[in-house]
Amino acid sequence: MISLLYFASLRERLDCAREDFALPPGTPTVGTVVDRLRSRDGRWSEAFAPGRAWRVAVNQRMADLATPLKPGDEVAFFPPVTGG
Amino acid sequence: MAHVRVQAEPFEAGREIAALAEGRRDVGAVATFVGLVRDLNEGAEVSRMTLEHYPGMTERALEEICAEAAGRWDLIDMRVVHRVGPLEPGDAIVLVAVSSAHRGDAFAACEFIMDYLKTRAPFWKKESTLSGERWVEARSSDDEAAARWSGAGNGRS
Repeated sequence: MISLLYFASLRERLDCAREDFALPPGTPTVGTVVDRLRSRDGRWSEAFAPGRAWRVAVNQRMADLATPLKPGDEVAFFPPVTGG
Repeated sequence: MAHVRVQAEPFEAGREIAALAEGRRDVGAVATFVGLVRDLNEGAEVSRMTLEHYPGMTERALEEICAEAAGRWDLIDMRVVHRVGPLEPGDAIVLVAVSSAHRGDAFAACEFIMDYLKTRAPFWKKESTLSGERWVEARSSDDEAAARWSGAGNGRS
């Protein structure tokens, strides 16, 4: 199991702040999880459509589609940051 | 060495600056930046702004940015204070204060920390305008500002 977190506009669009997610077998990466999320329904496929601007962090460090995942990881998805 | 805080409460810039020099005689320069909420953004009047962040990652990202600044310039200390939650035009959002022996290091590091904060620290702004609420879009000019520092050498080309 891993935790998925969603922030800001992405959280609102998906109406989800946090969920537990069963890690797919094999050598899962962020890309594996994103593929599963895209296959959920229109809302999810649109939010993660290719070309859409979103960022991902694994265990609170910036990551990308190739980042490998292991049980217990915290994976956060969010739009490009706008602080300061 | 850096002091990083994320808080809902207002901060007092003077107190943060004083803390950098307190009990020290080697500080020759303190450079500071304070960011405020503007009442106009992208042509719309902003009545209120709400800042969301990613607790835990935010503090870690700010500490890493400060550590990178410490590796690039000769610094004595740094303070970064960022507010979250509801804010109004005129409110201070962020303070970056850097102390060093000489002004060049403090000026450069202060700007570097802000440029990196804008593109790497997980904060998101939502504005309330007359036509409703909207999430602020990231600006490519912020990416360009941060990219200036990635070239060879110390700071800008």
